[in-house]
Amino acid sequence: MFDKDKWQEIFGTIRKNKLRTILTALGVFWGVFMLIFLLGMGSGLESGVFKNFGSQMRNKMYVWGERTNKPYKGFPAGRSIEITLDDLAAIKREVSEVDMLGPRRRMNSSFVSYLDKSNNCDIRGEYPSMVKIEPLVVREGRYLNEQDLAQRRKVAVVGSKTSELFFGEESPIGKYIMIKGIAFKVVGVFGPIELKPWRISDTEAIVVPLNTMCHAFGLKEIIDYMAISSSQDTRVSVAEEKVVALLQTRHQIHPDDPNGIGHENVEEEIDQVVNLFIGIKSFLWFVGIGTLLAGIVGVSNIMLIIVKERTKEIGIRKALGATPGSIVSMILTESVFITAMAGYLGLLLGTVIVGGISYAMFAFEIETDNFYNPQVNLAAGLGALVMLVIAGTIAGLIPAMQAASVNPVEALKDE
Amino acid sequence: MIQLKAIHKSYQTDYNSLHVLKGIDIDIKEGDFVSIMGSSGSGKSTMLNILGILDKYDEGEYFLDGHLIKNLSQKQEAHYRNHLLGFVFQSFNLLAFKTAKENVALPLYYQKVDRKERQELALEYLDQVGLLDWADHYPNQMSGGQQQRVAIARSLISKPKVILADEPTGALDSKTSEDVMNIFKKVNKQGITVLIVTHEDEISRMTNRVIRLRDGIIESS
Repeated sequence: MFDKDKWQEIFGTIRKNKLRTILTALGVFWGVFMLIFLLGMGSGLESGVFKNFGSQMRNKMYVWGERTNKPYKGFPAGRSIEITLDDLAAIKREVSEVDMLGPRRRMNSSFVSYLDKSNNCDIRGEYPSMVKIEPLVVREGRYLNEQDLAQRRKVAVVGSKTSELFFGEESPIGKYIMIKGIAFKVVGVFGPIELKPWRISDTEAIVVPLNTMCHAFGLKEIIDYMAISSSQDTRVSVAEEKVVALLQTRHQIHPDDPNGIGHENVEEEIDQVVNLFIGIKSFLWFVGIGTLLAGIVGVSNIMLIIVKERTKEIGIRKALGATPGSIVSMILTESVFITAMAGYLGLLLGTVIVGGISYAMFAFEIETDNFYNPQVNLAAGLGALVMLVIAGTIAGLIPAMQAASVNPVEALKDE
Repeated sequence: MIQLKAIHKSYQTDYNSLHVLKGIDIDIKEGDFVSIMGSSGSGKSTMLNILGILDKYDEGEYFLDGHLIKNLSQKQEAHYRNHLLGFVFQSFNLLAFKTAKENVALPLYYQKVDRKERQELALEYLDQVGLLDWADHYPNQMSGGQQQRVAIARSLISKPKVILADEPTGALDSKTSEDVMNIFKKVNKQGITVLIVTHEDEISRMTNRVIRLRDGIIESS
């Protein structure tokens, strides 16, 4: 029940004792602010680091063929393994954990020209799926599609830097470039989602359909490596194991041979970073909650002092007919009100500052490697607020009980 | 109105026990104007605390307006204090951060009287003690006599049956003491029982009955 009189009584007391109120509120305010701020900064650090990994990296692996290390079924060690498009089809058919397959065949430093300009570029033979597996984005036009593959079209998607080199400000779409003397029609421009040092090659390469490339340049239809993504809810390491086992069987490789089929995924590295952030987060929570607790203990402490200071007042109130319940309620409501208000202000300031940093970074396009889009954990904030009200009650309870037990005779004794 | 029957009270200290009241028997009728006199240590303050339900007694019986005041819960005590008793102290005991009006209105807050009504009544009672113009002043802006009159207004606002005053003129000069006593007389004429603890003869002479305490027993009454 909202008791207007009680609140007027409490507001009156608070208004007349501003310094006391501010001192009480400060600890809680700072505690909540620190909690929100620390968690916000932690989230910024986390999203910054994960942005470096690239969003699609988590469920991705690479598989390639290499020399075997063990003799098996009459084959000697040191045999070269070549992965073919048949292997690709077999994986697609037999390993349900695999979501997408992106084969890649490379021709390094091939002579490419457009009108009077020329350069040596890496040519990649691919399937359309590659743009979805690797952190790539189409900047203009389109990537490869199924028709390109089915009709073995001579089309090319050029990296953004190469496009600039050949076409400058002009749009390259529909133009023809010569790759090793063969004309390819440019259908799109692509680049990495995030420009990182190890992704620079994505801006320079030229992508063509895999089968067009093999046919046009007289290459065997083998692939250098495959990028594979596991289906959702499947750990990539599980898919990896099955893919490698399948390829080993298909190529007559000893099941225990560490070579023959090369493979790699970053799941473990990501797991490590995830664990690191779990650690950092727990630490931040620990510090934040510790600060908060210190604030609450501070409130309790100050309330105790206040009760001491108000002994006489409480004695007078009791002599005038205040029940112990009304005294407890008075001290408790004051305590809860101060903690809740201070906590709310801390929450507000923390949110404003973290949001402000996020906004400023966005508005002024500030980019750092390890910090991105800090976010306030609203659930944590509201949780902290609820906790504060409970804590305010507990913080006020001991002083309130003490206040209620004030002996009016002692309290009113004249010094 | 007030009946004390063989009241005993001792204070326990760490080493010994101090027997302060040694069998007090008093009967005070409704509308009486009584002063309690005695030197310090005679037990008059203890007796007033017991009468005011601020302190407990060890033996005997205390009837206030027909109610036996014994083994009450704190809530009941608060209720009796609020409805039957009005207190006036030597050091006034006004709340420093409240205005005269707010101070006077405070007992009604604990009677759950509506705020507006409280304010109106407070002004009415301030008017009775001649301080209507001082309603919005804080205690530290008033003289001792004025503060005591505010305190009396506060003790009256809950329409108590008994006013208990502990050395109400102890901190005042003789002129203001007389003013205060005149107010008490006026209050008494309205039918309210007034009990004043004092050690000044001039004060006790203005009352209808003098009870003298000495070493925890009644010397004369």
